[in-house]
Amino acid sequence: MRYSGWKVITEGLLGNKGWGKAWRDPAPKAEYDAIVIGGGGHGLATAYYLAKNHGLTNIAVLEKGYLGSGNIGRNTTIVRANYFLPGNSEFYSHSLKLWEKLETELNYNVMHSQRGHIILFHSDGQRDAAVRRGNAIVNQGDDAELLSVPQLKEMLPYLDYTQTRFPIYGGLIQRRAGTARHDAVAWGYARAADQLGVDLIQNCEVTGIDTVDGKVTGVQTTRGPIRAKKVGMVVAGRSSQVAAMAGMRLPIESHVLQAFVTEGLKPVIDHVVSYGMGHFYISQSDKGGLVFGGDIDMYSSYASRGNLPMVEHVMEAGMTLMPMLARARVLRSWGGIMDMTPDGSPIIDKTHIDGLFVDAGWNYGGFKAAPASGWCMAHLMATGTSHDVAARFRLDRFRTGHVMDEEGTGSQHNLH
Amino acid sequence: MRLTCPLCGTRDRREFYYSGSDDYLNRPSEGAPVEAWDDMLHLRVNPAGVTKDLWYHETGCGSWLLVTRNTVTHAVLATELVAARKGGAA
Repeated sequence: MRYSGWKVITEGLLGNKGWGKAWRDPAPKAEYDAIVIGGGGHGLATAYYLAKNHGLTNIAVLEKGYLGSGNIGRNTTIVRANYFLPGNSEFYSHSLKLWEKLETELNYNVMHSQRGHIILFHSDGQRDAAVRRGNAIVNQGDDAELLSVPQLKEMLPYLDYTQTRFPIYGGLIQRRAGTARHDAVAWGYARAADQLGVDLIQNCEVTGIDTVDGKVTGVQTTRGPIRAKKVGMVVAGRSSQVAAMAGMRLPIESHVLQAFVTEGLKPVIDHVVSYGMGHFYISQSDKGGLVFGGDIDMYSSYASRGNLPMVEHVMEAGMTLMPMLARARVLRSWGGIMDMTPDGSPIIDKTHIDGLFVDAGWNYGGFKAAPASGWCMAHLMATGTSHDVAARFRLDRFRTGHVMDEEGTGSQHNLH
Repeated sequence: MRLTCPLCGTRDRREFYYSGSDDYLNRPSEGAPVEAWDDMLHLRVNPAGVTKDLWYHETGCGSWLLVTRNTVTHAVLATELVAARKGGAA
Protein backbone atom coordinates (compact mmCIF):
# COMPACT_ATOMS: atom_id res chain seq x y z
CA MET A 1 0.00 0.00 0.00
CA ARG A 2 1.12 3.51 -0.84
CA TYR A 3 0.61 6.17 1.81
CA SER A 4 -0.74 9.49 0.52
CA GLY A 5 -2.89 12.44 1.48
CA TRP A 6 -5.70 10.93 -0.57
CA LYS A 7 -5.36 7.67 1.39
CA VAL A 8 -5.63 9.56 4.70
CA ILE A 9 -8.89 11.19 3.52
CA THR A 10 -10.49 8.00 2.19
CA GLU A 11 -9.46 5.97 5.24
CA GLY A 12 -10.82 8.72 7.47
CA LEU A 13 -14.18 8.50 5.69
CA LEU A 14 -14.22 4.70 5.77
CA GLY A 15 -13.36 4.24 9.46
CA ASN A 16 -9.62 3.55 9.07
CA LYS A 17 -10.24 -0.13 8.43
CA GLY A 18 -8.07 -0.49 5.34
CA TRP A 19 -4.60 0.38 6.57
CA GLY A 20 -3.37 -3.16 7.13
CA LYS A 21 -0.07 -4.01 8.79
CA ALA A 22 3.03 -2.01 7.94
CA TRP A 23 5.09 -5.19 7.43
CA ARG A 24 4.69 -8.96 7.49
CA ASP A 25 5.76 -11.22 10.37
CA PRO A 26 7.35 -14.13 8.50
CA ALA A 27 8.83 -17.30 9.99
CA PRO A 28 12.51 -17.71 9.15
CA LYS A 29 13.33 -19.75 6.06
CA ALA A 30 16.06 -22.41 6.14
CA GLU A 31 18.31 -20.39 3.84
CA TYR A 32 18.75 -16.85 2.53
CA ASP A 33 21.16 -15.23 0.10
CA ALA A 34 22.19 -12.81 2.85
CA ILE A 35 21.43 -12.18 6.49
CA VAL A 36 21.65 -8.89 8.35
CA ILE A 37 21.99 -9.32 12.11
CA GLY A 38 20.31 -6.40 13.86
CA GLY A 39 16.96 -4.75 13.17
CA GLY A 40 17.93 -1.21 14.10
CA GLY A 41 18.28 1.82 11.86
CA HIS A 42 21.53 0.70 10.23
CA GLY A 43 20.47 -2.95 9.84
CA LEU A 44 17.10 -2.09 8.31
CA ALA A 45 18.72 0.47 6.00
CA THR A 46 21.29 -2.15 4.93
CA ALA A 47 18.50 -4.60 4.10
CA TYR A 48 16.53 -1.97 2.21
CA TYR A 49 19.49 -0.91 0.04
CA LEU A 50 20.54 -4.55 -0.55
CA ALA A 51 17.08 -5.08 -2.06
CA LYS A 52 16.69 -1.69 -3.73
CA ASN A 53 20.17 -0.99 -5.09
CA HIS A 54 21.48 -4.51 -5.61
CA GLY A 55 18.37 -6.61 -6.30
CA LEU A 56 19.03 -8.97 -3.40
CA THR A 57 15.52 -9.72 -2.14
CA ASN A 58 15.96 -13.21 -0.71
CA ILE A 59 17.39 -11.77 2.49
CA ALA A 60 16.46 -11.54 6.16
CA VAL A 61 16.98 -9.14 9.04
CA LEU A 62 17.30 -10.98 12.38
CA GLU A 63 16.37 -8.93 15.45
CA LYS A 64 16.59 -10.28 18.99
CA GLY A 65 13.91 -7.90 20.30
CA TYR A 66 11.50 -5.83 18.24
CA LEU A 67 12.40 -3.66 15.26
CA GLY A 68 13.95 -0.36 16.29
CA SER A 69 14.27 -1.40 19.94
CA GLY A 70 17.84 -0.20 20.34
CA ASN A 71 19.56 3.13 19.87
CA ILE A 72 17.45 4.10 16.81
CA GLY A 73 14.50 4.37 19.19
CA ARG A 74 16.44 6.28 21.86
CA ASN A 75 18.61 9.09 20.63
CA THR A 76 18.69 12.83 20.23
CA THR A 77 17.77 12.63 16.52
CA ILE A 78 20.34 15.05 15.10
CA VAL A 79 21.05 14.98 11.36
CA ARG A 80 24.11 16.93 10.16
CA ALA A 81 27.08 16.73 7.80
CA ASN A 82 29.57 19.07 9.44
CA TYR A 83 32.60 16.79 9.55
CA PHE A 84 36.10 17.80 8.69
CA LEU A 85 38.34 14.78 8.02
CA PRO A 86 38.59 13.27 4.55
CA GLY A 87 36.74 9.97 4.84
CA ASN A 88 34.17 11.31 7.29
CA SER A 89 33.40 14.41 5.27
CA GLU A 90 32.21 12.68 2.09
CA PHE A 91 30.42 9.93 4.01
CA TYR A 92 28.24 12.27 6.07
CA SER A 93 27.70 14.48 3.03
CA HIS A 94 26.34 11.42 1.22
CA SER A 95 24.16 10.61 4.21
CA LEU A 96 22.65 14.12 4.36
CA LYS A 97 21.77 13.92 0.68
CA LEU A 98 20.01 10.60 1.32
CA TRP A 99 18.14 12.18 4.25
CA GLU A 100 16.86 14.96 2.01
CA LYS A 101 15.15 12.42 -0.26
CA LEU A 102 14.31 9.82 2.38
CA GLU A 103 10.60 10.51 2.80
CA THR A 104 9.92 10.31 -0.94
CA GLU A 105 12.20 7.29 -1.25
CA LEU A 106 10.52 5.34 1.57
CA ASN A 107 6.99 6.79 1.15
CA TYR A 108 7.11 7.43 4.88
CA ASN A 109 7.00 10.59 6.96
CA VAL A 110 10.21 10.60 9.02
CA MET A 111 9.53 14.22 10.05
CA HIS A 112 12.90 15.35 8.72
CA SER A 113 13.25 18.97 9.77
CA GLN A 114 16.15 21.05 8.40
CA ARG A 115 16.03 23.61 11.16
CA GLY A 116 19.76 24.31 11.26
CA HIS A 117 22.51 23.16 13.60
CA ILE A 118 24.70 25.72 15.35
CA ILE A 119 28.08 25.00 16.95
CA LEU A 120 29.07 27.76 19.37
CA PHE A 121 32.68 28.85 19.85
CA HIS A 122 34.24 30.64 22.78
CA SER A 123 37.75 31.86 21.93
CA ASP A 124 39.82 33.20 19.03
CA GLY A 125 41.39 29.78 18.58
CA GLN A 126 38.00 28.11 18.40
CA ARG A 127 36.83 30.72 15.88
CA ASP A 128 39.81 29.88 13.65
CA ALA A 129 38.98 26.19 13.95
CA ALA A 130 35.33 26.91 13.10
CA VAL A 131 36.34 28.89 10.00
CA ARG A 132 38.60 26.04 8.90
CA ARG A 133 35.87 23.47 9.51
CA GLY A 134 33.32 25.65 7.71
CA ASN A 135 35.59 25.94 4.67
CA ALA A 136 36.09 22.17 4.63
CA ILE A 137 32.32 21.65 4.74
CA VAL A 138 31.78 24.12 1.89
CA ASN A 139 34.53 22.38 -0.10
CA GLN A 140 32.80 19.04 0.39
CA GLY A 141 29.74 20.62 -1.24
CA ASP A 142 27.60 21.24 1.81
CA ASP A 143 26.66 24.44 3.57
CA ALA A 144 28.30 26.21 6.48
CA GLU A 145 28.09 29.81 7.56
CA LEU A 146 29.84 31.77 10.29
CA LEU A 147 27.55 33.68 12.64
CA SER A 148 28.62 36.82 14.50
CA VAL A 149 27.44 37.55 18.03
CA PRO A 150 24.83 40.11 16.82
CA GLN A 151 23.48 37.50 14.38
CA LEU A 152 23.42 34.91 17.15
CA LYS A 153 21.59 37.29 19.49
CA GLU A 154 18.94 37.68 16.82
CA MET A 155 18.55 33.92 16.34
CA LEU A 156 19.17 32.64 19.87
CA PRO A 157 18.15 35.47 22.20
CA TYR A 158 17.88 33.11 25.17
CA LEU A 159 21.63 32.32 25.46
CA ASP A 160 23.59 33.89 28.30
CA TYR A 161 25.92 36.27 26.45
CA THR A 162 27.31 37.74 29.67
CA GLN A 163 28.97 34.69 31.17
CA THR A 164 32.72 35.10 31.47
CA ARG A 165 33.94 31.50 31.83
CA PHE A 166 33.11 30.55 28.24
CA PRO A 167 32.06 33.81 26.56
CA ILE A 168 30.20 33.32 23.27
CA TYR A 169 32.37 34.52 20.35
CA GLY A 170 30.06 33.32 17.58
CA GLY A 171 28.75 30.20 15.92
CA LEU A 172 29.00 27.99 12.85
CA ILE A 173 25.64 27.07 11.37
CA GLN A 174 24.74 24.38 8.91
CA ARG A 175 21.26 25.30 7.73
CA ARG A 176 20.58 21.96 6.01
CA ALA A 177 21.20 20.12 9.29
CA GLY A 178 18.39 19.45 11.74
CA THR A 179 16.42 16.62 13.27
CA ALA A 180 14.13 13.72 12.31
CA ARG A 181 11.67 11.44 14.06
CA HIS A 182 13.92 8.56 15.19
CA ASP A 183 11.40 5.68 15.36
CA ALA A 184 9.93 6.65 12.01
CA VAL A 185 13.32 6.11 10.37
CA ALA A 186 13.36 2.48 11.55
CA TRP A 187 9.70 1.99 10.64
CA GLY A 188 10.10 3.61 7.23
CA TYR A 189 13.08 1.45 6.28
CA ALA A 190 11.36 -1.65 7.69
CA ARG A 191 8.17 -1.10 5.72
CA ALA A 192 10.02 -0.27 2.51
CA ALA A 193 12.33 -3.31 2.86
CA ASP A 194 9.38 -5.57 3.61
CA GLN A 195 7.60 -4.37 0.47
CA LEU A 196 10.66 -5.36 -1.56
CA GLY A 197 10.40 -8.89 -0.12
CA VAL A 198 12.88 -8.72 2.75
CA ASP A 199 11.95 -10.98 5.70
CA LEU A 200 12.04 -9.02 8.97
CA ILE A 201 12.29 -11.62 11.71
CA GLN A 202 11.79 -10.37 15.26
CA ASN A 203 12.38 -12.12 18.59
CA CYS A 204 15.14 -14.04 16.85
CA GLU A 205 18.45 -13.78 18.68
CA VAL A 206 21.60 -14.94 16.93
CA THR A 207 23.47 -17.33 19.23
CA GLY A 208 26.24 -18.51 16.93
CA ILE A 209 27.93 -17.83 13.61
CA ASP A 210 28.74 -20.94 11.55
CA THR A 211 31.91 -21.07 9.51
CA VAL A 212 33.59 -23.79 7.45
CA ASP A 213 37.15 -23.41 6.17
CA GLY A 214 37.18 -19.67 6.87
CA LYS A 215 33.86 -19.06 5.11
CA VAL A 216 30.59 -18.16 6.73
CA THR A 217 27.80 -20.69 6.17
CA GLY A 218 25.01 -19.36 8.35
CA VAL A 219 23.91 -18.53 11.86
CA GLN A 220 22.40 -20.30 14.86
CA THR A 221 19.39 -18.51 16.33
CA THR A 222 16.79 -18.93 19.05
CA ARG A 223 14.42 -19.80 16.19
CA GLY A 224 16.68 -22.44 14.68
CA PRO A 225 19.67 -22.47 12.30
CA ILE A 226 19.54 -20.33 9.16
CA ARG A 227 21.97 -20.80 6.27
CA ALA A 228 23.49 -17.91 4.32
CA LYS A 229 26.73 -17.29 2.45
CA LYS A 230 26.75 -13.62 3.44
CA VAL A 231 26.19 -12.32 6.95
CA GLY A 232 26.38 -8.70 8.09
CA MET A 233 26.79 -7.82 11.76
CA VAL A 234 25.02 -4.50 12.39
CA VAL A 235 24.41 -4.53 16.12
CA ALA A 236 25.83 -1.28 17.54
CA GLY A 237 26.54 -1.57 21.29
CA ARG A 238 26.45 -5.37 21.18
CA SER A 239 29.01 -5.66 18.37
CA SER A 240 31.66 -7.22 20.61
CA GLN A 241 29.33 -10.05 21.70
CA VAL A 242 28.24 -10.93 18.17
CA ALA A 243 31.78 -10.69 16.77
CA ALA A 244 32.97 -12.98 19.59
CA MET A 245 30.72 -15.68 18.10
CA ALA A 246 33.05 -15.59 15.11
CA GLY A 247 36.14 -15.62 17.33
CA MET A 248 36.88 -11.94 16.81
CA ARG A 249 37.89 -9.14 19.13
CA LEU A 250 36.88 -5.72 17.78
CA PRO A 251 38.53 -2.36 18.47
CA ILE A 252 35.40 -1.37 20.39
CA GLU A 253 34.53 -0.59 23.98
CA SER A 254 30.86 -0.09 24.89
CA HIS A 255 30.05 3.03 26.90
CA VAL A 256 26.83 4.56 28.18
CA LEU A 257 25.60 7.89 26.83
CA GLN A 258 22.79 9.65 28.65
CA ALA A 259 20.14 11.94 27.24
CA PHE A 260 17.26 13.83 28.77
CA VAL A 261 13.89 15.22 27.79
CA THR A 262 11.73 17.77 29.56
CA GLU A 263 7.97 18.05 29.71
CA GLY A 264 6.39 19.59 26.62
CA LEU A 265 6.85 23.36 26.33
CA LYS A 266 5.76 25.98 23.81
CA PRO A 267 8.19 26.45 20.90
CA VAL A 268 11.29 28.18 22.21
CA ILE A 269 14.38 26.51 20.69
CA ASP A 270 14.16 26.64 16.90
CA HIS A 271 17.50 25.00 16.04
CA VAL A 272 19.91 22.37 17.28
CA VAL A 273 22.50 24.11 19.46
CA SER A 274 25.86 22.56 20.43
CA TYR A 275 27.90 23.94 23.29
CA GLY A 276 31.18 22.10 23.03
CA MET A 277 32.88 23.69 26.01
CA GLY A 278 30.15 22.45 28.33
CA HIS A 279 29.62 19.10 26.56
CA PHE A 280 26.00 20.06 26.01
CA TYR A 281 23.62 20.12 23.07
CA ILE A 282 19.91 20.72 22.81
CA SER A 283 16.94 20.83 20.47
CA GLN A 284 13.17 20.87 20.89
CA SER A 285 11.04 18.00 19.66
CA ASP A 286 7.87 18.53 17.68
CA LYS A 287 5.95 17.49 20.81
CA GLY A 288 7.60 20.38 22.67
CA GLY A 289 10.02 18.49 24.90
CA LEU A 290 13.52 19.88 25.16
CA VAL A 291 15.84 17.05 24.13
CA PHE A 292 19.38 17.43 25.39
CA GLY A 293 22.48 15.52 26.33
CA GLY A 294 26.15 15.67 27.03
CA ASP A 295 29.20 13.47 26.93
CA ILE A 296 29.45 9.74 27.60
CA ASP A 297 29.90 8.64 31.22
CA MET A 298 33.51 7.78 30.29
CA TYR A 299 33.82 4.18 31.44
CA SER A 300 32.75 0.93 29.81
CA SER A 301 29.17 -0.03 30.61
CA TYR A 302 26.24 -2.07 29.34
CA ALA A 303 23.89 -0.86 32.07
CA SER A 304 21.62 1.20 29.77
CA ARG A 305 21.59 3.82 32.49
CA GLY A 306 24.17 6.35 33.56
CA ASN A 307 25.45 7.75 36.78
CA LEU A 308 24.41 10.90 38.60
CA PRO A 309 27.67 12.88 38.21
CA MET A 310 27.08 13.13 34.46
CA VAL A 311 23.44 14.09 35.03
CA GLU A 312 24.61 16.94 37.24
CA HIS A 313 27.30 17.96 34.75
CA VAL A 314 24.85 18.13 31.83
CA MET A 315 22.35 20.16 33.86
CA GLU A 316 25.08 22.57 34.99
CA ALA A 317 26.33 23.03 31.44
CA GLY A 318 22.80 23.67 30.21
CA MET A 319 22.24 26.23 32.92
CA THR A 320 25.42 28.16 32.14
CA LEU A 321 24.36 28.44 28.50
CA MET A 322 20.59 28.87 28.84
CA PRO A 323 19.53 30.09 32.30
CA MET A 324 15.89 29.80 31.22
CA LEU A 325 16.22 26.02 31.49
CA ALA A 326 15.98 26.32 35.27
CA ARG A 327 12.21 26.46 35.02
CA ALA A 328 11.86 23.36 32.83
CA ARG A 329 11.18 20.03 34.49
CA VAL A 330 12.97 16.92 33.26
CA LEU A 331 10.47 14.25 32.32
CA ARG A 332 12.81 11.33 31.75
CA SER A 333 16.37 10.33 31.02
CA TRP A 334 17.90 7.27 29.52
CA GLY A 335 21.27 5.74 28.70
CA GLY A 336 22.16 4.10 25.41
CA ILE A 337 25.01 1.65 24.83
CA MET A 338 27.52 3.21 22.45
CA ASP A 339 30.01 1.16 20.46
CA MET A 340 33.05 3.38 20.92
CA THR A 341 36.14 2.95 18.72
CA PRO A 342 39.56 4.29 19.80
CA ASP A 343 39.47 7.14 17.26
CA GLY A 344 35.75 7.90 17.37
CA SER A 345 35.06 6.91 13.75
CA PRO A 346 33.05 3.91 12.52
CA ILE A 347 33.89 0.62 10.81
CA ILE A 348 32.26 -0.74 7.63
CA ASP A 349 34.46 -3.57 6.42
CA LYS A 350 35.01 -7.23 5.64
CA THR A 351 36.37 -9.51 8.32
CA HIS A 352 38.98 -12.27 8.15
CA ILE A 353 36.07 -14.69 7.57
CA ASP A 354 34.87 -14.85 3.97
CA GLY A 355 31.29 -13.59 3.68
CA LEU A 356 31.18 -12.06 7.15
CA PHE A 357 30.93 -8.26 7.27
CA VAL A 358 30.86 -5.75 10.09
CA ASP A 359 29.17 -2.37 10.41
CA ALA A 360 29.91 -0.99 13.88
CA GLY A 361 31.67 1.63 15.96
CA TRP A 362 29.15 4.42 15.47
CA ASN A 363 30.07 5.93 18.81
CA TYR A 364 27.53 8.61 19.77
CA GLY A 365 26.80 9.66 16.19
CA GLY A 366 25.00 6.77 14.54
CA PHE A 367 21.59 8.30 13.89
CA LYS A 368 22.53 10.75 11.15
CA ALA A 369 24.69 8.06 9.56
CA ALA A 370 21.97 5.42 9.22
CA PRO A 371 21.08 6.04 5.54
CA ALA A 372 24.68 6.15 4.27
CA SER A 373 25.74 3.33 6.58
CA GLY A 374 23.00 1.12 5.13
CA TRP A 375 23.89 2.25 1.61
CA CYS A 376 27.61 1.48 2.02
CA MET A 377 27.15 -1.76 4.00
CA ALA A 378 24.75 -3.00 1.30
CA HIS A 379 27.33 -2.08 -1.35
CA LEU A 380 30.03 -3.96 0.54
CA MET A 381 27.91 -7.07 1.13
CA ALA A 382 26.64 -7.17 -2.47
CA THR A 383 29.84 -6.39 -4.34
CA GLY A 384 32.57 -7.39 -1.90
CA THR A 385 34.25 -4.00 -2.24
CA SER A 386 34.00 -0.88 -0.10
CA HIS A 387 31.88 2.00 -1.32
CA ASP A 388 34.02 5.05 -2.16
CA VAL A 389 32.61 7.22 0.63
CA ALA A 390 33.19 4.52 3.28
CA ALA A 391 36.57 3.29 2.05
CA ARG A 392 38.45 4.62 5.07
CA PHE A 393 36.19 2.97 7.68
CA ARG A 394 38.56 0.03 7.87
CA LEU A 395 38.64 -2.58 10.59
CA ASP A 396 42.44 -2.78 10.57
CA ARG A 397 43.16 0.97 10.60
CA PHE A 398 44.39 0.97 14.20
CA ARG A 399 47.04 -1.61 13.38
CA THR A 400 48.11 0.15 10.18
CA GLY A 401 48.01 3.65 11.66
CA HIS A 402 45.33 5.05 9.32
CA VAL A 403 43.23 6.32 12.21
CA MET A 404 40.44 8.87 11.71
CA ASP A 405 40.52 11.01 14.81
CA GLU A 406 37.94 13.70 13.95
CA GLU A 407 38.05 15.11 17.46
CA GLY A 408 41.85 15.27 17.54
CA THR A 409 42.10 13.79 21.03
CA GLY A 410 44.12 10.67 20.22
CA SER A 411 43.46 7.08 19.31
CA GLN A 412 42.71 5.53 22.69
CA HIS A 413 39.58 3.89 24.05
CA ASN A 414 38.89 6.26 26.92
CA LEU A 415 39.30 9.51 25.01
CA HIS A 416 36.20 9.81 22.82
CA MET B 1 29.14 4.52 41.60
CA ARG B 2 31.87 4.51 44.24
CA LEU B 3 35.25 2.84 44.21
CA THR B 4 37.13 1.64 47.27
CA CYS B 5 40.73 2.81 47.06
CA PRO B 6 42.94 0.50 49.17
CA LEU B 7 44.73 3.58 50.51
CA CYS B 8 41.94 6.17 50.81
CA GLY B 9 38.80 4.12 51.40
CA THR B 10 35.46 4.36 49.60
CA ARG B 11 35.39 7.43 47.41
CA ASP B 12 33.15 9.13 44.85
CA ARG B 13 33.53 8.02 41.23
CA ARG B 14 34.41 11.62 40.30
CA GLU B 15 37.76 11.32 42.07
CA PHE B 16 38.86 8.69 39.55
CA TYR B 17 39.96 8.78 35.94
CA TYR B 18 39.03 5.74 33.84
CA SER B 19 41.90 4.54 31.69
CA GLY B 20 40.52 1.37 30.11
CA SER B 21 40.71 -2.38 30.14
CA ASP B 22 43.43 -4.25 32.06
CA ASP B 23 44.77 -5.29 28.65
CA TYR B 24 47.12 -2.36 29.16
CA LEU B 25 48.94 -4.39 31.84
CA ASN B 26 49.91 -7.05 29.29
CA ARG B 27 52.56 -5.04 27.57
CA PRO B 28 54.27 -6.87 24.68
CA SER B 29 57.98 -7.40 24.86
CA GLU B 30 60.31 -5.16 22.97
CA GLY B 31 60.44 -6.21 19.32
CA ALA B 32 57.05 -7.91 19.47
CA PRO B 33 55.12 -7.86 16.16
CA VAL B 34 52.73 -4.99 15.46
CA GLU B 35 49.76 -7.35 15.98
CA ALA B 36 50.71 -7.76 19.63
CA TRP B 37 50.71 -3.99 20.14
CA ASP B 38 47.40 -3.70 18.30
CA ASP B 39 46.03 -6.35 20.66
CA MET B 40 47.10 -4.47 23.76
CA LEU B 41 46.13 -0.99 22.61
CA HIS B 42 42.95 -1.47 20.58
CA LEU B 43 41.32 -4.91 20.45
CA ARG B 44 38.97 -5.64 23.33
CA VAL B 45 36.83 -8.47 24.67
CA ASN B 46 34.49 -5.72 25.89
CA PRO B 47 32.45 -8.06 28.10
CA ALA B 48 28.84 -7.53 29.12
CA GLY B 49 29.41 -8.73 32.68
CA VAL B 50 32.49 -8.94 34.84
CA THR B 51 35.43 -6.93 33.59
CA LYS B 52 38.75 -5.67 34.93
CA ASP B 53 39.91 -2.19 34.20
CA LEU B 54 42.34 0.50 35.31
CA TRP B 55 41.37 3.63 37.23
CA TYR B 56 43.64 6.44 38.38
CA HIS B 57 42.87 8.05 41.74
CA GLU B 58 43.34 11.47 40.25
CA THR B 59 42.12 13.72 43.06
CA GLY B 60 43.13 11.31 45.82
CA CYS B 61 46.39 9.46 46.43
CA GLY B 62 47.41 9.23 42.77
CA SER B 63 47.45 5.43 42.75
CA TRP B 64 46.56 3.25 39.80
CA LEU B 65 43.84 0.77 40.72
CA LEU B 66 42.84 -2.51 39.13
CA VAL B 67 39.07 -2.65 39.51
CA THR B 68 36.93 -5.76 39.04
CA ARG B 69 33.37 -4.74 38.31
CA ASN B 70 30.22 -5.71 36.45
CA THR B 71 29.48 -3.62 33.34
CA VAL B 72 25.79 -4.58 33.36
CA THR B 73 24.96 -3.83 37.02
CA HIS B 74 27.76 -1.32 37.81
CA ALA B 75 28.55 -3.42 40.92
CA VAL B 76 32.18 -3.04 42.01
CA LEU B 77 33.51 -6.45 43.07
CA ALA B 78 37.12 -5.74 44.04
CA THR B 79 39.82 -3.11 43.86
CA GLU B 80 43.55 -3.53 44.28
CA LEU B 81 46.64 -1.41 43.79
CA VAL B 82 48.34 -2.08 40.48
CA ALA B 83 51.66 -1.44 42.19
CA ALA B 84 50.94 -4.21 44.74
CA ARG B 85 50.45 -6.87 42.06
CA LYS B 86 53.18 -9.37 41.28
CA GLY B 87 55.29 -7.64 38.66
CA GLY B 88 53.80 -4.24 39.56
CA ALA B 89 52.61 -2.06 36.75
CA ALA B 90 54.53 -4.21 34.21
